[in-house]
Amino acid sequence: MTTAQLDRSTQEVENEPLLQADGVSKTFVSGTFRKHYTRALDTVTLSVPESPPTITAIAGESGSGKTTLARTVLGLVEPTSGAVIYRGTNVADMSRAQHAEFRREVQVIFQDPFESYNPFYKVDHVLRTPIRRYNLASSKSEADDIVEEALRTVGLRPEETLGRHPHQLSGGQRQRVMVARAVMLKPKIIVADEPVSMVDASLRATILETLRAMNRDLGISILYITHDLTTAYQLAENIIVLYKGRVAESGSVDSVINDPTHPYTQLLVSSIPQPDPETQWGREQEARDEEEAEIAGCNFYDRCPLRMDECTVSDPPLYRTAPNRITRCYRYADSPVHLAPDLRSVFAPVGSD
Amino acid sequence: MTTATAVHSPLVVKDLKVYYHTRRGPVKAVDGVSFELHRGERLGLVGESGSGKSTIALALMMAHKEPARIEGGSIILNGSNVLDDNSEQVRLRRLSEIAMVPQGALNSLNPVMRIRDQVIDGLKDHNVSMSDGEFANRVAELLDSVGLHRDVASRFPHELSGGMKQRVSIAIAISMNPSVIVADEPTSALDVVVQKQVVQTLRDVQERIGAAAIMIGHDMGLMAQFASRIGIMYGGKIVEIGPVSNIFKNPKHPYTRLLISSLPDTRSKRRLEGIPGLPPSLLRPPPGCIFHTRCPDAMDICSQEIPPTREIDALRYAACHLYGDDDGKVVDL
Repeated sequence: MTTAQLDRSTQEVENEPLLQADGVSKTFVSGTFRKHYTRALDTVTLSVPESPPTITAIAGESGSGKTTLARTVLGLVEPTSGAVIYRGTNVADMSRAQHAEFRREVQVIFQDPFESYNPFYKVDHVLRTPIRRYNLASSKSEADDIVEEALRTVGLRPEETLGRHPHQLSGGQRQRVMVARAVMLKPKIIVADEPVSMVDASLRATILETLRAMNRDLGISILYITHDLTTAYQLAENIIVLYKGRVAESGSVDSVINDPTHPYTQLLVSSIPQPDPETQWGREQEARDEEEAEIAGCNFYDRCPLRMDECTVSDPPLYRTAPNRITRCYRYADSPVHLAPDLRSVFAPVGSD
Repeated sequence: MTTATAVHSPLVVKDLKVYYHTRRGPVKAVDGVSFELHRGERLGLVGESGSGKSTIALALMMAHKEPARIEGGSIILNGSNVLDDNSEQVRLRRLSEIAMVPQGALNSLNPVMRIRDQVIDGLKDHNVSMSDGEFANRVAELLDSVGLHRDVASRFPHELSGGMKQRVSIAIAISMNPSVIVADEPTSALDVVVQKQVVQTLRDVQERIGAAAIMIGHDMGLMAQFASRIGIMYGGKIVEIGPVSNIFKNPKHPYTRLLISSLPDTRSKRRLEGIPGLPPSLLRPPPGCIFHTRCPDAMDICSQEIPPTREIDALRYAACHLYGDDDGKVVDL
């Protein structure tokens, strides 16, 4: 069966996807004379439905490919193979009008709110530029209304925010201005790439709650890219754990985080510094080979505390260990091999918990 | 605090004030901070950006630079006030008495020197004389103690991962068996698995050499895993300090309480509550209690008088007007 045929079989489950990453891979090439190839993302298929609005976490450490997946979905990185399809059209083949619609409906919030600003402009500029670009208002007063409403939506008071320079706002306020900017465009999807990792704890909760409200009240789907499993657990319904560009484990966030099956997810979960002195870190260690071995098998072999001989022979497929769970590990070889490429096919339906 | 314990404590900070002098006036980054570090203990100083925590780290190392100036107080290291030392004395006491593990995100190692030479450099700087063979043995021993292979000695920093570089920084910090280790956000920018390994390594070596450690950071989770006692900083002051389990289980200061309740966990999904409002301006701090502008429990007195620090229960101190003489006596930390 080809990928396309498999897609059709999974799409029957729910309606036509709004956005789909269809088997996307990305290989980065470095070096001038001796080329070095890094497979940052390896054949990931993920779709976001038109409705209901979902929150999906894409989690992993640095080098997991989570940011590459985000940038690919946004059309900022061209996949080496596979395609990103929005409303049925490949993003690479879009007309100017289609592309403008895509750029408006799929918004992004980056990690560092400071870097998204020009320090010489007031924050008003960040909010007014998209209004001009997308002709959202016919008069200045209408533009003012849109800006003020967007700020109130994210819990900022316009009179305390407008007219200021970025450095006069706190990190949390700057990040909420970026959320306001995204919301103003009435997007269908927000890709949030580590939106709270630079923000203080007391403000982090407010931003996550704002994102949750955008999803619930405005029907916006969110792809939440993070290294932090705790906030992923709080915010998302389903999670994809990436390791070196491959899906290690995926499924409903409750089951993946409370009962991880892949040794990598287990390692991540056991490394969470729980804010509770009674729950101390365990002493479990990862296996760590001195040099990364280039083996044909599982890409986690060199760090895996539970590795077996067969893990070096070939790369394990994804096994479906439960209705809403898949894991790429030979220890679950008793479970059926999961063939449908779209990760959404294993997700727990929204509102199921 | 009695003088008897003070003599035995490797570090006693008393009423420390560090101000940044700007054209618009002094920014009171650290404004009257007192704490004592007991032998062999791990103290966490936790605070958000602008709370003054990193300025304390710099001041303890006497590594603060203009426009920051120490305006008052004392830093008693092993019985003598660092603020009375001349620059040569300060230089000699660094590394041998108090050593720093720098931020994980900073590249603090020299990129063009082999790891071996960077470790030995610190020792030679402190007039340690050994034969080349003895130096090599010492380097190998230090790398062993932080869980690195001896071969790392001949490598350059760019050949090491972020976690390995932080282990090298820990090895350098303990190379002269200091009595105090200051770690300022030692795992910022490291992945969660590596973060756990680095913090556990720091804890292991700290216990082995019997040093006291201060870890500075904003991550309450890391503090819960590392520290035996934590101090909560807000607006340049310690608003509450005490044993880590008491602070988490039964926070006394409203800021501590809100901070802890804002922390997400993986046990139950719930509405996340942030702390409303903004951190105070340290250029023009609000009168009275520095937290009153954001405090849900604020009373009239809070905007008028600075709350005294009271001993609420054993070894736990909080500065808040919610507590009176019945709750604990006023102490001069």
